[in-house]
Amino acid sequence: MNGIHDMGGMHGMGPIVREEHEPVFHHEWERRAFAITMAAGFLGAWNIDMSRYARERMPAAEYLAASYYEKWLWGLELLLLEHGLLTRQEIESGRARGRSAALRVLQAADVGKVLLKGGPARLPDEVPPRFKAGARVVARNINPTGHTRLPRYARGKRGVIARDHGVFIFADASALGQGPKPQHLYSVRFSGRELWGAQAPERDAVYLDLWDDHLDPA
Amino acid sequence: MASDHHDYDHEEGSPLPEIDLRVRALESLLVEKGLVEPAALNALIDTYETKVGPRNGARVVARAWLDPAYKTRLLQDATKAVAEFGYMGRQGEEMVVLENTPTVHNMVVCTLCSCYPWPVLGLPPVWYKSAPYRSRAVIDPRGVLREFGLALPEEVEVRVWDSTSEVRYLVLPERPPGTEGLSEEELAALVTRDSMIGVTKVRAPAAGGRR
Repeated sequence: MNGIHDMGGMHGMGPIVREEHEPVFHHEWERRAFAITMAAGFLGAWNIDMSRYARERMPAAEYLAASYYEKWLWGLELLLLEHGLLTRQEIESGRARGRSAALRVLQAADVGKVLLKGGPARLPDEVPPRFKAGARVVARNINPTGHTRLPRYARGKRGVIARDHGVFIFADASALGQGPKPQHLYSVRFSGRELWGAQAPERDAVYLDLWDDHLDPA
Repeated sequence: MASDHHDYDHEEGSPLPEIDLRVRALESLLVEKGLVEPAALNALIDTYETKVGPRNGARVVARAWLDPAYKTRLLQDATKAVAEFGYMGRQGEEMVVLENTPTVHNMVVCTLCSCYPWPVLGLPPVWYKSAPYRSRAVIDPRGVLREFGLALPEEVEVRVWDSTSEVRYLVLPERPPGTEGLSEEELAALVTRDSMIGVTKVRAPAAGGRR
């Protein structure tokens, strides 16, 4: 979707504000929001692409005003509602109506193990690549209302395949519950001049990870 | 609650006290429903607050500076080489390491969300997740680097890596001069989080390194 989250290349967002000796969390509620989001993710009701798509659907004005973990919380509530794990009434009243049907619930003793295992997005290398390193490509001009990992600033731009990462889950499909749609993922080099015009320094470049379905031969 | 007095409440949005109540209410609801286990929540928080952080990445960098064979493995298959330290998994399932040199400077961003290599750097700082960094890193990387105090000569090629997939990027910064003879541990102590995101360089030890 052409949402506010897709902000690469925008102006007017202000200076970068850094904090010396920044703590991992600034408030107790951030710790809790982080942990319940992670733990709920391990229920397996949704995948990481669905999580990102949920946060992207926060209304644009709210998104810009929200801190990182406020966005997480907003996305978590949406996912819990959409997947039928909580009802609006339960969230508003704060009272549970019965317990949920059996799902694998993350136990403290398993936390270390599941974090080390992670959620690999790499798939068996059983799909041929459409492009080889060095191939000239053009990013498709797509404007889906669903989820995409092809940012607006690269659409329609010409680049070169820098490396083939192998076969991966296609995030755009996975976020919509359409399955992994296995395909090659590439690191694609776009020159700064191609993306931003003559103002960009001649040598500079931006590399994006893009899938076969994002690219055409140039 | 101390939250009323913290300046950073005003930096990025303004978390109201309600947010605290909302999170608590949701957490107790999830516990009551049997969807989350309170002890697991504490273990998750403890992991990222006390165990996983940029010291992990710093050890990887220091090893690569000292051991050419390790550096070769790291640049060829970072996922495996980083796993030699036991760093792997969540948000670092697929790692690529980018080497900074006198002629190429790499920096990492995630314009679409806030993707970041957790096993080696921990959770990202607020600025990395903020709209100013996410919007400008790709269109004006040199301006962003200057804001971090790094002015690069025109001859240096700046490469910005937008983390648009599950591949996670770690920058291998240049080893600063004057660090000959330092141990792996001493070198690791010099390596900053920001240098591994690629927005700064590693500085030589202040108290005059060995020559």
